Amino acid sequence: MRVVEQIDLKVKIGSMVLNNPVMTASGTFGYGQEYAKFVNLDKLGAVVVKGISLKPRAGNPPPRLVETPCGMLNAIGLENIGIKAFLQDKLPWLRGVAAPIVVNILGNTVEEYAELADRLDNTEGIGALEVNISCPNVKRGGVVFGADPTMAAAVTKAVRKATSLPLIVKLSPNVNDIRIMAQAVADHGADGVSLINTLLGMAIDLQTRRPKLANVMGGLSGPAIKPVALRMVWQAAGAVRIPVIGIGGIMCAADALEFIVAGAHAVEVGTANFVNPRATEEIVDGISLYLKTNKISSLEQLRGSLILS
Amino acid sequence: MAGQYLVKIVKKEQLGKEIFRLTLHAPEIATTARPGQFVMLRSGGLLDPLLGRPFSLHQCRADGSIQVLFKVFGAGTKRLAALAAGDQASLIGPLGRGFDLTPPAPGVSLCLVGGGMGIAPLFLLAQELKRQQPGLTIELMLGARNKAELHQLADEFRLMGFSPLVATDDGSLGYAGLVPDLLALNVPSAGKARRVYCCGPKPMMAVTANYCQKQGWDCQVSLETMMACGISACLGCAVKGVGRRGGQVRYLHACKDGPVFNALDLDWTSE
Repeated sequence: MRVVEQIDLKVKIGSMVLNNPVMTASGTFGYGQEYAKFVNLDKLGAVVVKGISLKPRAGNPPPRLVETPCGMLNAIGLENIGIKAFLQDKLPWLRGVAAPIVVNILGNTVEEYAELADRLDNTEGIGALEVNISCPNVKRGGVVFGADPTMAAAVTKAVRKATSLPLIVKLSPNVNDIRIMAQAVADHGADGVSLINTLLGMAIDLQTRRPKLANVMGGLSGPAIKPVALRMVWQAAGAVRIPVIGIGGIMCAADALEFIVAGAHAVEVGTANFVNPRATEEIVDGISLYLKTNKISSLEQLRGSLILS
Repeated sequence: MAGQYLVKIVKKEQLGKEIFRLTLHAPEIATTARPGQFVMLRSGGLLDPLLGRPFSLHQCRADGSIQVLFKVFGAGTKRLAALAAGDQASLIGPLGRGFDLTPPAPGVSLCLVGGGMGIAPLFLLAQELKRQQPGLTIELMLGARNKAELHQLADEFRLMGFSPLVATDDGSLGYAGLVPDLLALNVPSAGKARRVYCCGPKPMMAVTANYCQKQGWDCQVSLETMMACGISACLGCAVKGVGRRGGQVRYLHACKDGPVFNALDLDWTSE
């Protein structure tokens, strides 16, 4: 019997090296510190923090959450403390975490994204940027950047110009063809794409005939969306050469491994953190155990190994 | 400090048609929790219902057990009500800010006002207040829809040495009407300054908060909101605060800023 000496879980996204493929999904992990008493953050592949805008955002009126079958809808409204407070109050603590810190950024205009990238460039302790393009472009009548390949490309290009940090663009699934979106951002300087963001949905209270969310619509996440996410990750991985980061309903190591088989370099764990704050660390251990048990010496052997015939 | 625990159900009691009390073995929480704090409780291993449910701590006992009290309302509570002694559940806690227990100014009496399942945290609160401030008068005012939902809880308070005033919506036990009405009744402490601790349905807390404000009394309310994480990551449990912050609406978060708030900090006009 051949003994696997060492399992190589390392992943590279642009120039950022992750010790393992397990990242946290933005908006589900606060600014990292909230989870420090439950998870050893040093053990994670990367910590992706709550999306940051130029100015603080108050977010949407409540109710902001509703549980749905095997999932949840949220309409938080991108509440965040803004870049200034992030740099002052959150980043110093995050510098003590061994895992790379990925800062998720969001804006109302192309210029805002570029300004955020510019301010984060050359800031010590940031491993990469993740660009949330699922925001409305206020200069284009509120059409979501991520719904239009030209606008997605424009944001990517502007952010690329503003920073030399590794750049991940987080794609919206609310599009006709995810491959076109992935290609558009890959062609304009993205080092990786992460997908999927939440699926737009809604829930109705039949008794009151009112929407269950004050915002009417919200983003669906959780195990309910995993099949859609897997399909889109598989399509995107076939369409671009840059690393694909799979997100969507990952609750356990087996879920994460399915995304890797579909072609993902890494994964982001989101809603699972709410259900089980230790989920990310358990998934790291579970991936190692799977590779050991199946005598697979590196993640690369598993990546994109989907058998179609 | 909050932790995540896989715990065993020690006992399940049914107190009414849809009212249940679970006793869970959680010594880390039982020994550290303060009145008004909460736990996220989830029947382990399932994807549906997905999320835990927040419950204020009903009792923390010397034997290392904690209790939660709830009414079956939706899928989550239905699932929890189906648990039996010996089953396991996932628990995160203790979470949030509890009630402010600092001694009140001389001459101010303490008054605990609970409606429906909002009575749950008042057990732990009453016990702790009595222990910390043995000389003080502690009034209890409890309300529910009917006698079936209230009599056992009121009796348990009597066994603990309290003398609760009770109100029911249908008049089947005590005063017929809403529990905040009891604040205006002609009782021995009427006319004297009170500090009010309140937990119950939002309209009932709004009436109580309003009455206290008019009287110039300190009023602490414990809010119930939908939560996904309970640990300030999802930001789903926003409640509207008074005033503005940076020109925008000021939202507070029940899991971190609460669930107990000074009633004056909240905007009671919002839904």
